[in-house]
Amino acid sequence: MNQLKRLAGIIWLLLGPLAIYYLVKTAASEIAKKPVMDTKIQWGVFVVIFIPIAIGMVIFGWYALKGEYDHLPERSDELID
Amino acid sequence: MKEKNGIWKVIGASSLGTLIEWYDFYIFGSLATVLANQFFPKTNPTAALLSTLATFAAGFIVRPFGALVFGRLGDLIGRKHTFLLTLVIMGGSTFAIGLIPGYDTIGFAAPILVLVLRLLQGLALGGEYGGAATYVAEHAPHDKRGYFTSWIQTTATLGLFVSLGVILLTRHSLDIDQARSIAKFNDWGWRIPFLVSIILVGVSIYIRLKMKESPLFEQLKTSGTRSVNPLKESFGHRSNLKMVLLALFGAAMGQGVVWYTGQFYAQSFIENVCKIDFDQSRTILIWAILFATPFFVVFGSWSDKVGRKWIMLGGMFLAIVTYKPLFRQLLVLSDPAGKTELADLKQIKTTRVPLAGTSDTLRTVSRLTYYEDGMVLTQNTKDTVYAAAGKQTLKPEVKISKTLGTGGYWQMVLLVFIMILYVTMVYGPIAAFLVELFPTKIRYTSMSLPYHIGNGVFGGLTPFIATLLTTIYTNDALVGLMYPIIIAAVCLVIGALYINNRIDPPIEVPND
Repeated sequence: MNQLKRLAGIIWLLLGPLAIYYLVKTAASEIAKKPVMDTKIQWGVFVVIFIPIAIGMVIFGWYALKGEYDHLPERSDELID
Repeated sequence: MKEKNGIWKVIGASSLGTLIEWYDFYIFGSLATVLANQFFPKTNPTAALLSTLATFAAGFIVRPFGALVFGRLGDLIGRKHTFLLTLVIMGGSTFAIGLIPGYDTIGFAAPILVLVLRLLQGLALGGEYGGAATYVAEHAPHDKRGYFTSWIQTTATLGLFVSLGVILLTRHSLDIDQARSIAKFNDWGWRIPFLVSIILVGVSIYIRLKMKESPLFEQLKTSGTRSVNPLKESFGHRSNLKMVLLALFGAAMGQGVVWYTGQFYAQSFIENVCKIDFDQSRTILIWAILFATPFFVVFGSWSDKVGRKWIMLGGMFLAIVTYKPLFRQLLVLSDPAGKTELADLKQIKTTRVPLAGTSDTLRTVSRLTYYEDGMVLTQNTKDTVYAAAGKQTLKPEVKISKTLGTGGYWQMVLLVFIMILYVTMVYGPIAAFLVELFPTKIRYTSMSLPYHIGNGVFGGLTPFIATLLTTIYTNDALVGLMYPIIIAAVCLVIGALYINNRIDPPIEVPND
């Protein structure tokens, strides 16, 4: 199971950049199609909001690959550094 | 017995305030069209721009910021005072929106004030939920955390229920003549739902003021082990950041899309794609919410016995596999094709109004078609009849509205009920799940951010992205569902792989 968790980490690691590429590409094409302020704001908000989330996905994938999720805390006191 | 009464007071005080906050947040969205006419005239591009900002910024940008600001505060000064503050900000902003004179009276000051108040609403909402959930969970016995926090979970749906109810009631009670009542509502009556909020907020503040601080936070305070920098400890330490990311990608983002698809996109789909009339599309949702709401408590309570994981992921799985058939059935129920028309009852009325300054006339044709199952189809077509021979309107304006018969109506209620049942599965246990992931000293901050990114960003964008997809791929009315299905599927896989199914873990009570 832990092996699978680590391997799947590669997918999450790649999903982040892929999502950013698709998002920016779609935003650019939609703004070019209808270059009004509403479209620019909508897609601007999408890009600004989703890029940090996609970076979060990369970090999640990296942690998974490194085995950070092999054992998760069973008790709250395990969570404290 | 005294202890039992105490927990119900805690739940009552927390739930009432949270319900009011959701109510306040939703009435703005539910009255978006009316508010746009009052504050954001489409003819003025700057006002329209402010409108877009108000819609997008409050829901998607400000909520996570509210989570950070108030989460930090809640971990520093305590839960009670922080979620009291969010209630005051939310209530005050809502009441103030009801008082702002329209664009016609004070010009640009009106949309700017509305935008500022809407941002404050988003900020307050971002801080409220985490506080209420944490406060209740920290009072609850460890084996009933799912049950007790599930009462908090009912408030988001009940807030929507109350907002829809108050709006419909106000809209129809301002005059005996319904058309005049609706006109009065659009003119000034829309202010009533905003102004009413202050009474509810006043009561809730009074109740919350009498509550004590969470016992676990008090312990931290007494022992001097409160966090000094909750933001750094929540997101700067790998051991906690990994749990924040897991909460977001393995639970909250899937929960968010299922939540918004069942309660918002379904209603928008019924109104805009199925073309069911304004009142029916809202009462369908009201009934479905009413029947489904008890299941928040059922699933919350069940999660104490079998764990949170598989109930939440089960809800996501059911949503993924059944959304398309459920929405297709909504289309079938509203489609006149295949229904038996009552031809004798068909009414066609044509009116012609001369257009000033020309010999042309504006023609309006109203067609009322009745069907055996009780459905009534109203079709209004407007076009210009030109005096010049051979010239005709290229694209007449057509407005379609349908009223369902009793059978079709209740079948739609059932379909929406099923979707909200999925909401209760993913949402009922999630407060307890999030609370249990993080230590007390940074719990408010740590759980609020993934929740508001999942619910506010992934969920809140569902109606926009789904509608956007239907404008890009115009041949498929169900294409909008791809967004919630894909997000829920990714979340399901991550949740199934990485989340462990903890049952009844005590919160920081060693050797329990």
